[in-house]
Amino acid sequence: MSAATRAIFAASALLIATATAALAASDADYKAAYAAAEAANKEAGLLRNQWTTTASTLSAAKKAGEAGDFDTAVAQAKEAEALAKASIFQATSEKERWKDMEVR
Amino acid sequence: MTRRFAIRAAIATLALGVLALAPAAHAAGAVNPAADKAAFQKFFTSKFPKLKPEDFVNGPYSMNEDLHKQWEEKEQFPPYEFSLEAGKEMFSTPFKNGKTYADCFPNQGIGIRQNYPYFDEKEGKVVTLELALNRCREANGEAPFSYVKDDMAALTAYIAFTSRGKPMDIKIPDDPRALEAYQKGKEYFYTRRGQLNFSCATCHIQSPGERIRAEVLAPALGILNAMPIYRSEWSGMGTTSRRFTTCNSQIRGVPLNPQDDEYRNLEYYLSYVSNGLPISGPGARP
Repeated sequence: MSAATRAIFAASALLIATATAALAASDADYKAAYAAAEAANKEAGLLRNQWTTTASTLSAAKKAGEAGDFDTAVAQAKEAEALAKASIFQATSEKERWKDMEVR
Repeated sequence: MTRRFAIRAAIATLALGVLALAPAAHAAGAVNPAADKAAFQKFFTSKFPKLKPEDFVNGPYSMNEDLHKQWEEKEQFPPYEFSLEAGKEMFSTPFKNGKTYADCFPNQGIGIRQNYPYFDEKEGKVVTLELALNRCREANGEAPFSYVKDDMAALTAYIAFTSRGKPMDIKIPDDPRALEAYQKGKEYFYTRRGQLNFSCATCHIQSPGERIRAEVLAPALGILNAMPIYRSEWSGMGTTSRRFTTCNSQIRGVPLNPQDDEYRNLEYYLSYVSNGLPISGPGARP
């Protein structure tokens, strides 16, 4: 193998390693995503409308985060945040929409 | 002159029209429990014209003939019997201070189920039978029971049994706070919650008699008259608090604490709209 080819391989390996590191989630990413999800779920709690699935997804995020699997932890935390936001939307829209179902 | 008169007449007519419509519009938004109850009961009696009003208290067992036969057979050896016996004994056993439950309730606690929950004007809140029983215990130096099963179910089973056949008789006093509690209970009943986006009404107004998986859904009318219940699904007894909290978790909502204001108000609303239907508790359900 020529020196030039070796240099190309080395450069490629370095590039791949850098790119992977850039895509992988970090502890900080997990903590930020988890805090956002927890805040949204707290808001749902103030509206007396938390979902069990938000709680279980938050637990899964925490478990993955504690095991050092930050990619899973961030994905789970984002899922939990989406669920919490949906429960907030539900509670807010139902403030008036419940009347549509009333027996009159 | 004629033109000016015509304009004035039109304005006056419009103003009168607005005034005439105002009370109607106001009435449409006003809380009217008596009208709600009449509409609620009419909805069910029209939906199930073959049923007598008192049949509704048998929940899913009132919904078709096969289920009704099952219920009649079940009543030969009712699964709530052990709990009822335990409740009777607990009710007559004095607390450590020598007093009993009978000292805490009107008519010594016998035949009173149909009057609960009631609105306590002193406290400004709804008081359920389960809450009153635990308050009685605490006032006599005893630890409160869990609201969801076993001891509480046994005690309420006995009190319901002594009230069987008496028509539900929930009062709403002339107090804006009582009307507010009633209205909040109604709002809770119809509000969708949980990830499955169900309200109480989704199952018990829109779909009584239909199946949700293996279960036949009970009508909302008279649903609390049979409480507490033995449920085969639970393999045991459960109180109204247990029913409310498990309904919430089944639709993937985090349940509130038993006897939180929302559940007390919900019980007030649901019981009021079933006024006139007989107490049938303790009951048994699939």
